[in-house]
Amino acid sequence: MASLKDMRVRIASTKATQKITKAMQMVAASKLRRAQTAAEAARPYADKMSAVISNIAGAAAGSPGAPALLAGTGRDQVHLLLVCTGERGLSGAFNSSIVRLARERALALMAQGKEVKFFCVGRKGYEQLRRQFDKQIVEHLDLRSVRQLGFVNAEDIAKKVLARFEAGEFDVCTLFYSRFRSVIAQIPTAQQIIPLVVEEGTAASTTSYEYEPEEDEILTRLLPRNLAVQIFRALLENNASFYGAQMSAMDNATRNAGEMIRKQTLVYNRTRQAQITKELIEIISGAEAV
Amino acid sequence: MATFHFDLVSPEKLAFSGEVDQVDIPGVEGDFGVLAGHAPVVAAIRPGILTVTTAGRHEKIIVLGGLAEVSEKGLTVLADVATSLDELDRAQFAETIAEMEEGLKEHEGGELDLAIERLDHYKSIQQQLSSTAMH
Repeated sequence: MASLKDMRVRIASTKATQKITKAMQMVAASKLRRAQTAAEAARPYADKMSAVISNIAGAAAGSPGAPALLAGTGRDQVHLLLVCTGERGLSGAFNSSIVRLARERALALMAQGKEVKFFCVGRKGYEQLRRQFDKQIVEHLDLRSVRQLGFVNAEDIAKKVLARFEAGEFDVCTLFYSRFRSVIAQIPTAQQIIPLVVEEGTAASTTSYEYEPEEDEILTRLLPRNLAVQIFRALLENNASFYGAQMSAMDNATRNAGEMIRKQTLVYNRTRQAQITKELIEIISGAEAV
Repeated sequence: MATFHFDLVSPEKLAFSGEVDQVDIPGVEGDFGVLAGHAPVVAAIRPGILTVTTAGRHEKIIVLGGLAEVSEKGLTVLADVATSLDELDRAQFAETIAEMEEGLKEHEGGELDLAIERLDHYKSIQQQLSSTAMH
């Protein structure tokens, strides 16, 4: 059995761990608030953008001259999975649930005889996917050095994706990220971004707009931009989800540590009392013998 | 004077929202003013200065491209980057222009034309900035 001193040391170390997880929880909570405001601030732009695009695209999608970003390449042989994850761990199932969704999609596509390529954003996703799909990862990007997520980061990613698309490296691009529902609910989501899926009926307005310049020219300007906007939105949602997941994971850890401390203290006190009783018996029986 | 609702959104935030009298927009095919009751229009924006008039007061906002949409609900401008004139860091802006001039060498063909066009727009903003500063 462990000595009393060993037990004291163990309790102290559990307490130290609890302090760390508690601190991490509080840091995550304050960062979450910031991330959430950023995600909400980006929403009007993204919403408006998709409304305008679906307005114009509804008319243009059927025509033969539609841009490839909207109409696709006409094939769906090569798929690019753009997997956005966090840079750090200690956030519960946040990273692995995104990776799991991407992995399942990849295996399903491969079973159909399609070719799958990966573009990893974030260190954690790259590390997990590398084990299984090392040769299929065409690019990976670290956002570790980025302190404040800006639109430039998303533009950067969009540019890389577009360059590969124009080079004919893939036909369909799907974006994987975690949608932020609440602190306890983050939903891993797959969203097809190339070719763009136009949501029907969202912007079925009766107003007939005048376009300046022509519709197709606006569309060719807008589509690459929309890609960046969608990626930016995914990154922000991801960021908020990450801190939400981390916060609840650390909350759990703090609670578990508290439980552990309680149990250990109980055992410690029992042992201590047993030892005192034993010593008393020894003294008394010693005195009786005299 | 009749007012209408105007939203200026950039990817990172809602930069302006409120009732205004008039907004002058630098369109790709020429500047145009929007008053209350304007016909529905979707127009692309070139880098330039957007002027918002509210109760006789003018506010100038620099936009680096984007899209304007006029509907019966009002005007929405999706700006790539929107900075108010006072907040703009002029030294940094000049630096960006210098960088773009440097970068011109790397472009070719149609891309070069686009880059030059963009540079010209930036330069015209700079010129307007320095001319207003002298007054």
